[in-house]
Amino acid sequence: MARNGTSRFNGSTVVMGLYLLFLMLPVYWLVNMSLKTNDEILSAFTLWPRDLTFANYATILTDASWYMGYVNSIIYVTLNTVISITVALPAAYAFSRYSFVGDKHLFFWLLTNRMAPPAVFALPFFQLYSSVGLFDTHIAVALAHTLFNVPLAVWILEGFMRGVPKEIDETAYIDGYGFGRFFVKIFMPLIASGIGVAAFFCFMFSWVELLLSRTLTSVDAKPIAATMTRTVGASGVDWGVLAAAGVLTILPGALVIYFVRNYIAKGFALGRV
Amino acid sequence: MEKTVNQKAWFLVLPVLVLVSFSAIIPLMTVVNYSVQDSFGQNQFFWAGLVWFEDILTSERMHSALGRQALFTGIILVIQVPLGIFVALNMPKSGFWSTFCLVTMSLPLLIPWNVVGTIWQIFGRVDIGLLGYTLDAIGIDYNYTQDALDAWITLIVMDVWHWTSLIALLAFAGLKSIPDAYYQAARIDQASRWKVFRYIELPKMSGVLTIAILLRFMDSFKIYTEPFVVTGGGPGNATTFLSIDLVKMALGQFDLGPAAAFSIMYFLVILAISWVFYTVMTNLDKQGGV
Repeated sequence: MARNGTSRFNGSTVVMGLYLLFLMLPVYWLVNMSLKTNDEILSAFTLWPRDLTFANYATILTDASWYMGYVNSIIYVTLNTVISITVALPAAYAFSRYSFVGDKHLFFWLLTNRMAPPAVFALPFFQLYSSVGLFDTHIAVALAHTLFNVPLAVWILEGFMRGVPKEIDETAYIDGYGFGRFFVKIFMPLIASGIGVAAFFCFMFSWVELLLSRTLTSVDAKPIAATMTRTVGASGVDWGVLAAAGVLTILPGALVIYFVRNYIAKGFALGRV
Repeated sequence: MEKTVNQKAWFLVLPVLVLVSFSAIIPLMTVVNYSVQDSFGQNQFFWAGLVWFEDILTSERMHSALGRQALFTGIILVIQVPLGIFVALNMPKSGFWSTFCLVTMSLPLLIPWNVVGTIWQIFGRVDIGLLGYTLDAIGIDYNYTQDALDAWITLIVMDVWHWTSLIALLAFAGLKSIPDAYYQAARIDQASRWKVFRYIELPKMSGVLTIAILLRFMDSFKIYTEPFVVTGGGPGNATTFLSIDLVKMALGQFDLGPAAAFSIMYFLVILAISWVFYTVMTNLDKQGGV
């Protein structure tokens, strides 16, 4: 048995090693390029920067039209996460605890919005938000992203809430708690990890989406991902800056992952195991 | 869990209802509105009936885009699902290396989609990309901007790179929930590795796996940004998937009527297939499998 165990362990290490290598190679190449000068990128093929430069990063971090892209993205992602979780919490509670007329249809209808291709909504969103005067604001992008984040948040939270025994609610009501106080004081701490997971997913899908955020903004709320197209200029592509901008967009995600690293395994099960 | 019948629960759902109606129903009605009208510009519309739907349903363009889309989604599901399960089975169960794998694997999931496109666009270039340069150096004729097959392979490898981890992480979460006693029982019965997988691990993973497949199906069917950045839908129309074609039609040529009819049918196709997945999933839930 022990022999069998060891050989499997070695096989697993090889498999995981290869898989992680496959995941990291393109990222390594991006980081590598971001630390090179454009001359070196175009003239020589080097596996690490021969003359190391941080000029590409300096370009981005000193130019307001660049770094405001990050600020804009972070503002609307945060807004979206807060809005999505706030409205999803009571709804998820209703779906997990009560049955009411049309509940199943309503739940599926919500999910259909997660399925809707953003390409379908790009033009109508543009017209809708222009007509109510929200075009090129952070709130417009945040609201547009609730279209697919709210259903997902409800879905995830409902899964976690189902795991909390109903007796807890009943005991709290007998003890004289009102709904609001019970929900905030007792129920929310119980599903804290679920809220964390839902927030993580909202952050993730809002951060990575580009089609809607680009369509709904022009200057004031332009996301970083859209700003990146600036590197394509008359004199060709500024590869170094493009790569540096790419690396900087990976960082916020990496930070978030680092903070939730101990919840990832349970979180990804969406409360359903 | 037995649920109490309580119609007042509607009040709890109300905020979601208002918000999602604002961002879903109003725009969707605009699309429906456009799909039955024609325009000569200047916001002058007149009734066109179902002409656009007939046009789109019989158009070669829609059929080939749908074909390419179905092929792409099919291929990536066939690769990603088994690969994701395989990776999950090989992950360290606990300790530092487990966390290390989880963090590294989550990384591609949080990269903005156009940056994913940019990474692979650079990575595959013959002049400055590691992949393209290496393939060229060992004598393989590879150029994703010229050759349709190379473009397809690049996009598929990119999607596998981007999303396999999602399936692996979900499957891993399922695996972690299996109590040790199950494995001990299997060992006493001298069950083979395959039987352990088939009768213990797979059933325990089925719930999360259905979610994984549903998410992957929906998202790959909506794919836009990554292939747009890498190939722009080319060479020719070789990688013009449904969303790329739709954006071209709606925002590029401003053919609102046909684009709207296209949108509605696109949405309906996704809806129909997702409904099947969803029904299967809720049935699994009811059986108490999850």
